[in-house]
Amino acid sequence: MLITKPKDSREIESYFEKRVFVFKCYGCREVYFPEQEINKFVEERAKSISGIAEVDYLCNESFSKIYIEKNAHVIRNSDVIVVFSCGVGSQVISKLMENNIVVPGCDTCYLNGFQGLTVLDCDCNQCGECYLNYTGGICPITSCAKNLLNGPCGGAKNNKCEVNPEVDCGWIAIYERLMKINKEKILVENKIFVRNFEKIIKGK
Amino acid sequence: MEKQSFSEKLKEGKFVITSEIGPPKGTNIEPHLKEAEHIKDRIDAFNVTDLQSSVMRLGSLATCKLLIERGLEPVFQITCRDKNRLALQSDLLSAYVLGVKNVLCLTGDHTTLGDHPDAKPVFDLDSVSLLQVATDLMNGKDMKGNELDGKPEFFPGAVVSPGYEPLELQLIKMEKKIEAGARFFQTQAVYDLKSFEKFMKMVEKYRVPILGGIVLLKSAGMAKYMNEKVAGVSVPDRYINMMAQAKKEERAKVSVQIAAELIKGMKGLCQGIHIMPLGWEKYVPLVLEAAEL
Repeated sequence: MLITKPKDSREIESYFEKRVFVFKCYGCREVYFPEQEINKFVEERAKSISGIAEVDYLCNESFSKIYIEKNAHVIRNSDVIVVFSCGVGSQVISKLMENNIVVPGCDTCYLNGFQGLTVLDCDCNQCGECYLNYTGGICPITSCAKNLLNGPCGGAKNNKCEVNPEVDCGWIAIYERLMKINKEKILVENKIFVRNFEKIIKGK
Repeated sequence: MEKQSFSEKLKEGKFVITSEIGPPKGTNIEPHLKEAEHIKDRIDAFNVTDLQSSVMRLGSLATCKLLIERGLEPVFQITCRDKNRLALQSDLLSAYVLGVKNVLCLTGDHTTLGDHPDAKPVFDLDSVSLLQVATDLMNGKDMKGNELDGKPEFFPGAVVSPGYEPLELQLIKMEKKIEAGARFFQTQAVYDLKSFEKFMKMVEKYRVPILGGIVLLKSAGMAKYMNEKVAGVSVPDRYINMMAQAKKEERAKVSVQIAAELIKGMKGLCQGIHIMPLGWEKYVPLVLEAAEL
């Protein structure tokens, strides 16, 4: 469940000076896939294209393998494989086609809350030490631009974050949520939190 | 008689005055040191900002050392924006061996607000955990509990924003900072004495010295900008009008008059003032004279 945008044409133009085989992944099309822009870009370079495979979920290795085998004769006569998908799809194709030049045609955008079935406002950083029981069920890591664990910075103005005035301050939201259940005092009682990044790095 | 240190003066309940040096973007520090030397007899300590507003500049610690060499007492501002916990602890130890005693522990502005908005924001610790780290180091331990070979002695401080809304949330954070070891506070710029008085009443119980923040207004435009953009700051219309009505060559005079009025009002309320001249260092003596300090 990732959102992509086509790469700046200047970055990938030189690949189209050779024979190019194109993968397009439609797996997340329901969420967002810049289909029209990509089709236009590819059509404008039609004379360089040796073949196109349109696939659902390139990230699924067994699907991708089938498509690679099906197109093996065309791919054999291609110099470069350009993959229009998220970074996961490009990595899978690259892994399955070790002896080919495989390059991504898209940049993958940062997206909150892409775990689960659909894009959500709530986001989980998978930090390995959930703080939600201390913060009224609002995550201080993902709702605060500075990932602060021990209260707000002084930067919020009119309840909005200093980084993005369109976003509410996560810590004010935490405070207001705790007020509703008369629990705001736990913010004082909480111990001083420091994150343990070893949990992410080693997956402990 | 040797000048009393900033912390000694606060301990004895004397009214203290701090000012601020923003290191330059480049190596041309000399004019800033000269400005500071010029007013050193009237200022108890000089805060040195740490890449203020997330703009890449000369470092805070090097500037602190230069101040010490000239007989001026620095307040080393250290933020969590650019360094992880290893670097922060190491810098605190470095500060101590260079003669720095006062450290002001801050979270720091976000990287995206400065002149390298594409930089990686660190924020491994925050102001509260950084204060706790300074306290741990003073107790001879690093933050993992490992024994230090030689321990530092600090006078740790922090900031508080009296105009923050909701104020109760700001006070919760202040309480955490005190618990972590903050021994003094400097505030965001104050322009409203009534609400500052209310704030001081609310924090009296903590028995920690507070230095009220003074920012010299340069124009009505600056005041309006701060009201719109700067968190916790609200300049009353009366001051905006005074600045708007002043002729260009009179603006500094009016600004000094406003600052002096605020300082006079603060004298009975808090334990000191922190002047942030933002380039108008030369007017600091006039402000102090007008405020009868």
